Amino acid sequence: MTITGTVFKFGDHVDTDGIIPARYLNTSDPGELGRHCMEDIDASFSGRVKPGDIIMAGENFGCGSSREHAPIAVRAAGIRAVIASSFARIFFRNAVNIGLPILECPEAVAQTGSGDHMEIDPASGRITNWTRQRVFQAHPLPPFVREIIQAGGLIAFTTKNLKK
Amino acid sequence: MGQTITQKILAAGAGKESVAAGDWVMAGLDLALGNDITAPIAIHEFSRMNVDRVFDRDKVVLVPDHFAPNKDIQAAEQCASMRRFAREQEISHYFEVGRMGIEHALIPEQGLVVPGDVVIGADSHTCTYGALGAFSTGVGSTDLAAGMASGKCWFRVPEALGFELTGTPPEYVAGKDVILFIISRIGVDGARYKSMEFSGEGVRNLSMDSRLTVCNMAIEAGAKNGIFPVDDITREYLAARASRPFRIFTADPDAEYRDVLRIDLSTLSPMVAFPHSPENGRPAAEAGTVPIDQVVIGSCTNGRIEDLRTAAGLLRGRRIEERVRVIVIPATQQIYLQALREGLIEDFIQAGAAVSTPTCGPCLGGHMGVLAAGERAVATTNRNFVGRMGHPESEVFLAGPAVAAASALTGRICDPRDIGDTPRDPSGSAQKPFTGRTDK
Repeated sequence: MTITGTVFKFGDHVDTDGIIPARYLNTSDPGELGRHCMEDIDASFSGRVKPGDIIMAGENFGCGSSREHAPIAVRAAGIRAVIASSFARIFFRNAVNIGLPILECPEAVAQTGSGDHMEIDPASGRITNWTRQRVFQAHPLPPFVREIIQAGGLIAFTTKNLKK
Repeated sequence: MGQTITQKILAAGAGKESVAAGDWVMAGLDLALGNDITAPIAIHEFSRMNVDRVFDRDKVVLVPDHFAPNKDIQAAEQCASMRRFAREQEISHYFEVGRMGIEHALIPEQGLVVPGDVVIGADSHTCTYGALGAFSTGVGSTDLAAGMASGKCWFRVPEALGFELTGTPPEYVAGKDVILFIISRIGVDGARYKSMEFSGEGVRNLSMDSRLTVCNMAIEAGAKNGIFPVDDITREYLAARASRPFRIFTADPDAEYRDVLRIDLSTLSPMVAFPHSPENGRPAAEAGTVPIDQVVIGSCTNGRIEDLRTAAGLLRGRRIEERVRVIVIPATQQIYLQALREGLIEDFIQAGAAVSTPTCGPCLGGHMGVLAAGERAVATTNRNFVGRMGHPESEVFLAGPAVAAASALTGRICDPRDIGDTPRDPSGSAQKPFTGRTDK
């Protein structure tokens, strides 16, 4: 299944306090978290995102706290995939665990701008920038991580293995 | 091929002879930790798994510390959901307000982590326990849910960065200055996905409280974990607290390190990290004139007894600068009581500081010291991202307790060595009741 949408581009080291400020961590309601996604970086963000849109960012996206509220907020805001040059490790595992597609592709990040129209195939890692007529290939996800994603996230994966 | 301490612990945890960097392993857990922010999501995910009980009620730790004591109704609901789960599951290590502390100060203090353990916590600063020679790392809520159900967690075996320490830190230099110095050198992603492994004869010149501070901020360099070798200081710390038997792992002489940084502790000076990144560290003496509004002394990074002793040592018999608000938060009830017995709490109050019950509160802009637009704080906490302590236009400067206390006295970022000769009240603050600033 492919994801098609508009790119919202951010810089390096976007931290989890930027993705969802801690003042909203007194709830885990996805809708509420989604409304405040990226608020301190770009207050207009959640109002402009349409379901299917894509976040693109530089190095170390999601650094800082372990709050799973960050990928939950991203998804609830309407974002269907995040492409970054690299991810901070806890954000990476949280996104994998909840089934938010994430792709590492520094080349695509370097050659894409905010507002570009983009298509992604998370399974193959193929990224098409329709605005600039360019195709990129993301780093393949490790087989172990693909297994979790194929199971439908860590909860489904663990439930399946506990039954064995 | 040789293995690092982290690799050996993960191999043992996964029941393997050896592992190499880049391997994927499923390792058994000795401890799984959650707090009032992260546990509610984990509990919800746990309920989706058709599992009745946690894998081991003695190996799950739940601590209401972030927005506890309850800061508002929503926070109260989150704490209540965790409390209910702890009771239903008969969790042995649930710590209620009044008995609790900030998790990463509390858990080592309670002797719940021992060398060789594999620990996950749904809190990024879970890496703190590497100070005790354990593999310990932060994960998310879903990881915690799966860990509570299965007793296992998936890991990619990390490469290592080596940090070889020599020398003795000078006065007013401790763990926080060491780690801020390191992060200023390698950057906030300098250790991304890697373990930070400390070694060298300088290790013995770092107290356990300092080592806990250093490992606590390994995540601020992007690391998976930080880890110290076990020595007499570790054994002494554990002897007073832990009852579980433990296994000591040492790095092989031919263990592989991506890079090795050699640090002579005697050359370091008190540090401060400027907004809005922990990598913006520089010596406090080179800070220039930076007036401040608030000082926070506490958190999982620097709320331990040694930190409070350092701060009280500078504040004792002196008065906090008129425009500065100082909030001191002992990290656990035991630390609070110890500080009370040593007279440190009186020193703080006489100097004009507020002293709070344990909470993470201000560190993440939750409560107990949120900043207004344009305000500046020196904090002994761990992050100074935009909006971390409140308004997105506020600023946080990270430092150790000595710089924080010195800055409280002068009203600007200050090297504690500049305070040395300023007079103390000769009558001794302990004998002189605090009457408030307006009293003439």
